[in-house]
Amino acid sequence: MSQETLSGWARKLRAREISSRELTQLYLDRIERLDPQLNSFITVTAESALAQADAADARLADGEQTPLLGVPVAQKDIFCTEGVRTSCGSRMLDPFVSPYDATVVERMNAAGAVMLGKTNMDEFAMGSSNETSFYGPVRNPWDTERVPGGSSGGSAAAVGARLVPGATGTDTGGSIRQPAAFCGITGLKPTYGRVSRYGMIAFASSLDQGGPMAATAEDCGLMLNAMAGFDQRDSTSVERPAEDFTAGLDQDLKGLRIGLPKEFFAEGLDEKVRGVIDAAVDVLKGRGAEIREVSLPNSHLSVPAYYVVAPAECSSNLARFDGVRYGHRCENPEDLMDLYTRSRGEGFGDEVKRRIMVGTYVLSAGYYDAYYLKAQKVRRIIADDFRSVFEDVDVLLAPTTPELPFALGAKADPVSMYLSDIYTIAANLAGLPAMSLPAGEIDGLPVGLQLIGNYFDEARLLGVAHQYQQETDWHTRVPAAFA
Amino acid sequence: MEWETVIGLEIHAQLNTVSKIFSGAPTAYGAEPNRQACAVDLGMPGVLPVLNQGAVEKAVMLGLAIDAEITPRSVFARKNYFYPDLPKGYQISQYELPIVARGHLDIELEDGTIKRIGVTRAHLEEDAGKSLHEGFELMTGIDLNRAGTPLIEIVSEPELRSAKEAVAYMKKLHSLVRYLDICDGNMQEGSFRCDANVSIRPKGQTEFGTRAELKNLNSFRFVERAINHEIERQIDVIEGGGSVVQETRLYDPDRDETRSMRTKEEANDYRYFPDPDLLPVVVDTAFVNQMREKLPELPDAKRARFVEQYGLSDYDAGVLTAAREMGDFYEAVAAGCGAPKLAANWVMGEFSAALNRSEVELAEAPVNAEGLAGLLARIQDETISGKIAKEVFEAMWNGEGDADTVIEAKGLKQITDTGAIDAIIDEVMANNPQQLEQYRGGKDKLFGFFVGQVMKATQGKANPAQVNERLKAKLDG
Amino acid sequence: MSVEASEVQRIAHLARLAMDDEKAREFAGGLSDIFDFVEQLDGAPIEGVEPMAHPLDAEQRLRPDAVTEPDNREGFQAIAPAVEGGLYLVPRVIE
Repeated sequence: MSQETLSGWARKLRAREISSRELTQLYLDRIERLDPQLNSFITVTAESALAQADAADARLADGEQTPLLGVPVAQKDIFCTEGVRTSCGSRMLDPFVSPYDATVVERMNAAGAVMLGKTNMDEFAMGSSNETSFYGPVRNPWDTERVPGGSSGGSAAAVGARLVPGATGTDTGGSIRQPAAFCGITGLKPTYGRVSRYGMIAFASSLDQGGPMAATAEDCGLMLNAMAGFDQRDSTSVERPAEDFTAGLDQDLKGLRIGLPKEFFAEGLDEKVRGVIDAAVDVLKGRGAEIREVSLPNSHLSVPAYYVVAPAECSSNLARFDGVRYGHRCENPEDLMDLYTRSRGEGFGDEVKRRIMVGTYVLSAGYYDAYYLKAQKVRRIIADDFRSVFEDVDVLLAPTTPELPFALGAKADPVSMYLSDIYTIAANLAGLPAMSLPAGEIDGLPVGLQLIGNYFDEARLLGVAHQYQQETDWHTRVPAAFA
Repeated sequence: MEWETVIGLEIHAQLNTVSKIFSGAPTAYGAEPNRQACAVDLGMPGVLPVLNQGAVEKAVMLGLAIDAEITPRSVFARKNYFYPDLPKGYQISQYELPIVARGHLDIELEDGTIKRIGVTRAHLEEDAGKSLHEGFELMTGIDLNRAGTPLIEIVSEPELRSAKEAVAYMKKLHSLVRYLDICDGNMQEGSFRCDANVSIRPKGQTEFGTRAELKNLNSFRFVERAINHEIERQIDVIEGGGSVVQETRLYDPDRDETRSMRTKEEANDYRYFPDPDLLPVVVDTAFVNQMREKLPELPDAKRARFVEQYGLSDYDAGVLTAAREMGDFYEAVAAGCGAPKLAANWVMGEFSAALNRSEVELAEAPVNAEGLAGLLARIQDETISGKIAKEVFEAMWNGEGDADTVIEAKGLKQITDTGAIDAIIDEVMANNPQQLEQYRGGKDKLFGFFVGQVMKATQGKANPAQVNERLKAKLDG
Repeated sequence: MSVEASEVQRIAHLARLAMDDEKAREFAGGLSDIFDFVEQLDGAPIEGVEPMAHPLDAEQRLRPDAVTEPDNREGFQAIAPAVEGGLYLVPRVIE
């Protein structure tokens, strides 16, 4: 049963081979039985899930064919859900029961998806290992002594262990793709502006983008169809006609120009990972793609630029958490300053504080030009590199991460943790769509392949991934303990 | 030593949109606490701002009215600081690229000369909420209804040289925003607020002295008094051997003094940066032209036209155009009675006096333009005299009906029938033989006595010109 | 760049984060490493480059001036730490 994909379940539901209630109960049981090993959920909403499932069954009985109708999904706990705690992995929002739904949640509810619960994550999406969560670390289903990646580690682990067929994630510097790679699943970060950020708790507003995480490219396309779309409540939402992201799945790869950015294959890449990527390139070549080496000469600047821009935005975005209107408030504040500093001091964990301080510093008087403005300029040359490369190729291919999932506690110093996102950050700075899909296994651990597309080229990315998944079975593999 | 004062004003005008600048919550004044604060105004997690078109339109109209440059791509920035009335921990404002830049406003000085004051910039931003201290012990209550109300902050060049000039500038701007219908101008409710940067320097010196920022100047009177006090204070400090400290001072109208706001906090470090939730605001030529067409006739142009079209003095035209509503009212009265000068005298005289006496706004006046025009028409057609008209006006103000109704009811119609007037004159002459004899004996002064007697006998209703003419004929005849 | 514990205290205060001396010393090391790392930007070829604040070259959309948000004070204040008479409470603010 657990082998079935989200798209497979969707077909079975529409064919009435299984009811949404049965399917929902099946996954709720798996969560109850297996999640204690992973800690991938912060909140399980069993009761409302079954109610949603019954409503979906009624709609299915009426013959409604909406693709996600009755399909169980999970929401990363960064998306506001009305009447359900929305913690963002933080003590600060542990008491926060959202009075409204995020647009993504609203859209998925309208599509008839059944929400099983809210998944664990790095606190305020700041982390690459899911170790910064107030609710404890998430474990990798392939090896529970290792991290699932982050920040969408709960969603990745839950989908990897088939505790849910699909889940939402958000990606600011790789937070969908890196955990997808670490947990052996497919995850897509859409073009900036595709998916509304309304009700998605902001980390770095100009980089954050929500996206789907599931077993296959097809699953991700179905989910994205429900998630994406113009939202008048988000000024950065892109106004474009509705698009079917599954439309390009069956497109063959003949003549497709795939670029391999040489900087993503340089020093620092694990040799075994390189071998997996080379093999994947051969598969695509075999299906007619043309491969050529390209250069993104400034990509080595992406991580340092990111660690100025993202903390700057985060320092301001997280100023609203002050203990006044919602969220954690310290006991018996002596005065206003005490209320602020203690509520925030107690409510935020160390990594969040570190980034708030970096951001506060780079924006402060006398440092703005040297850090923030410079990073914004570097951001443009990085984006320009992509623009010129996409004049020659259709898709870029690279590893998602330089190394395999690492052990819990292995990366104690911040900078080495930050470098875990060395291949993913550039796409966020440029705002490009990018995805990770499973492309191999080393020592029983999954390896992710990254595809980066031109602006609004999600359908093509998903098509390439789908074609790859027609010829390989990495996306079907489930860790033995969760099979 | 002779000192020169240097003043720059920062005026915050709330734009009179129905909804907030970045959310769809209402902006009406006086609601119960926090009933007009939606998720965006409260800075709830994940919510996002979307810019109100009305606020942009009104800002552009102001820019056009002060002959300023409209920035084709202006940018919203975040001004970061923590305060309980600032729910997001930052205020969305404009910093490097304001929507309006480099305009000017002409003010009239006391001697009648015109001085041009530069407007450095005008930018859009959101208002903060309010802190309430009354009714709580050891606590402060926060009401966020005002949070997110659109403001335009209009910053003048430091070109004002006295408190009187500052007031003239402020009044001019106040009149302008009401003409443009972009701000209700209500100073009690805080819709139009002023901060003043004040410094002094020895006359002839070119560089500026250290300035103090005066806050809470929420009436024209306070502005003048606070600035004058501050000038005196700074002179005292410097002449006493001290130096002025750059600081913010709060004006206390009860004590009529400014006092320093405690500044033990670190020097403000607002960490401005472009708001990543908002995109550059593009105002193209088409948009500007559309706004230009929406511009009403502005005060200076209207004043010139009143002089030209109605033959009014420049002073009278200035008084009648100070407020848009008054200008409109005057024009309606003038058109209705066909006598522009008479209308001007009445609007500025009896009518304005009645408004002041009853303490009502023009819009609520018991006599409207049509009513007043009807009264003045009766003066014009000699149904009543100007003197009787005042009595009629009084009755109209008290709700006794329109001019004709009052004239009829009170029998105030002027007597213009020559026969009737002659009869009264004959009677007066018969009743005063002694005076008649003296008059005819050469005592010309007694003519006034006979006029008075005739008017008295007619209770003032006889047409004065006719009385004069007939009396002269009869007395001399 | 080496960040001193006192500098950490200054930034923490600006960011309203309670921070004792021990914690400040602990953060100083990590922050120093981060700023050293970020110094890589110093050699970047950015002369004459416009800063990029947004990934997409788009412009601000304008919302019609209309009231669309109903009053939900009860809903919002149900999750507030301290309210009275519809007001959010904070320790007394002296102006």
